[in-house]
Amino acid sequence: MVEFLNVHGSELVTKTWEQLYICTIALVLGVIVAVPLGILLTRFPRTAKIVIGIASMLQTVPSLALLALMIPIFGIGKLPSIVALFIYSLLPILRNTYIGMEDVDPVLKDSAKGMGMTTIQSITQVEIPTAMPVIMAGIRLSAVYVIAWGTLASYIGAGGLGDFIFNGLNLFQPDLIIGGTIPVTLLALLVDYLLGRLEKRLTPVNQRS
Amino acid sequence: MKEEDPILVYKDIAKIYRGGNVAVEHINLTIHKGDFVCLIGTSGSGKTTTMRMINRMLEPTSGEILYNGQDIHKTDPVTLRRHIGYVIQNIGLMPHMTIYENITLVPKLLKWPEEKKREKAKELIKLVELPEEFLDRYPSELSGGQQQRIGVVRALAANQDLILMDEPFGALDPITRESLQELVKNLQEKMGKTVVFVTHDMDEALKLATDIVVMDGGHIIQNATPKELLSHPANKFVEDLIGSERLIQARADVTTVGQIMLKNPVSITPGRSLAEAIRLMRQRRVDTLLVTDDDGYLKGFIDIESLDNRYNKATSVSDILNTHIFYVTDDVLLRDTVDRILKRGLKYVPVVDAAGKLQGIVTRAALVDVVYDTIWGDSDDTDSETSDEPVIKNLDTDAPNDKEA
Ligand SMILES: Nc1ncnc2c1ncn2[C@@H]1O[C@H](COP(=O)(O)OP(=O)(O)OP(=O)(O)O)[C@@H](O)[C@H]1O
Ligand SMILES: [Mg+2]
Repeated sequence: MVEFLNVHGSELVTKTWEQLYICTIALVLGVIVAVPLGILLTRFPRTAKIVIGIASMLQTVPSLALLALMIPIFGIGKLPSIVALFIYSLLPILRNTYIGMEDVDPVLKDSAKGMGMTTIQSITQVEIPTAMPVIMAGIRLSAVYVIAWGTLASYIGAGGLGDFIFNGLNLFQPDLIIGGTIPVTLLALLVDYLLGRLEKRLTPVNQRS
Repeated sequence: MKEEDPILVYKDIAKIYRGGNVAVEHINLTIHKGDFVCLIGTSGSGKTTTMRMINRMLEPTSGEILYNGQDIHKTDPVTLRRHIGYVIQNIGLMPHMTIYENITLVPKLLKWPEEKKREKAKELIKLVELPEEFLDRYPSELSGGQQQRIGVVRALAANQDLILMDEPFGALDPITRESLQELVKNLQEKMGKTVVFVTHDMDEALKLATDIVVMDGGHIIQNATPKELLSHPANKFVEDLIGSERLIQARADVTTVGQIMLKNPVSITPGRSLAEAIRLMRQRRVDTLLVTDDDGYLKGFIDIESLDNRYNKATSVSDILNTHIFYVTDDVLLRDTVDRILKRGLKYVPVVDAAGKLQGIVTRAALVDVVYDTIWGDSDDTDSETSDEPVIKNLDTDAPNDKEA
């Protein structure tokens, strides 16, 4: 272990950083797109079924295949990986946002509207805060997926901790495989923990347990 | 004053859902400033629909609603709603906002400065007799009754003059409900708020309303004051809604003497002979005769005692006429008459119209029926005790008389 760190220490830091970088961008893009889309879809229930259906289909495309599909469009490197991971991040966020917003007590929406909130005010001041725990759960789920699948991005030359694992597989060096896997796991756990903290802060006091 | 300022006018409003499902139809209703209007009816009769069209939570299919003389269809719904208080059954406090934030929600939308909001919140929480510390709590930290108190004052925070309430107290225990009823009644009476209140509960409506609007199948069946409703229910449906028990109990309160008096009391004119008087008494089996002149105006009475004592000296009814007689007019409330008859120990009271013409008589027997009904409910076995003829045995002429013929 100490030996591994001595040899690969600095490389480990760079690769972790790369992985974090790719995943963060993919996830942030995912949130930016999927949360508003999910909210929008609650206003169009029929379209919602179709859109969520498409997102679910994309989710079932094997990750390696999806990454490979990106190559003809974006070439190799970080960009196609980010796009692929972004696509993967969409569904959990989209679905949870949709469900969370749908599940907001109609009484609250009625009350908000009846007191004279505009639709936007009702969404931002009542519905999103109330749906926040569910939305955040979707984001956390996406984050873990994206970090885990981010290792595969190395396959199309995006770098990241996947480099260790693929090298280990190619060279039959179990320490490289383990040296790549453990940091990925830790990273996923750490990000999940941090998002959990964030979720707590964003969750209305009354719903905290 | 009432006729001057209608705050709300419904003009032939209908709400018809797709598929021809008629929620309400031909709604014509005028509500004045300071009214407390209760919409009452069975489930699905259109109460909520009627109410929610006021703040444009629902749009009518046809007809128009005037709010302060202005067609609400031409106003901005958001602005309109901020000026109309709205209290719903499920309270609808925002769980993620403190009580303070909840109370000042509309003022915040109206961009009031912070101090003004704080002041208002303190004033309102005092109004519902809750401690100021509650302002920093979340709704889940309050009991249901306390939450609904907040729900009520939240509707006042921006000084709304008109408050809509949809079965606001349905889910509360009787004691809490009563205190909240008192609260809203006070708001209407002391602060001059106009309240439109949907309820299932006739007791609640009778207690709170200045006007009760009875709805059935999307139509207004009757629009009347509680008193009118009890005394003149428009039809069987309204009667059933009120319930026979309440109708009877209310009877003494709203029934006039004229409604229960026995008509055609035994009477005689002063010019008749005493022999005729005795014959009449015998024939009708009474011991007292009311005396009227030829035009039917009440003059007094004669009874068997004086007739017996003075039979030899007197010849006509006028000779033994006793003019000390207590009577009531036919528009007097029965409730008041019952008291008098019982307190004075009278056996009967003649009833006259405003001009003094004899109309009928209220006997103790008739009162027994009313009291009996009040206590035991409408029952047929009172028939045997009721006789069409007043049986007057003796009249306490020494009783102090309010009025003399
Ligand atoms: N969105 C809707 N679509 C179709 N019909 C509706 C809709 N909303 C209400 N209705 C119908 O309109 C009628 C009146 O409903 P409303 O809610 O006004 O009744 P209500 O008197 O308030 O009843 P409750 O006492 O149960 O609250 C009902 O027959 C109901 O089924
Ligand atoms: Mg209703």
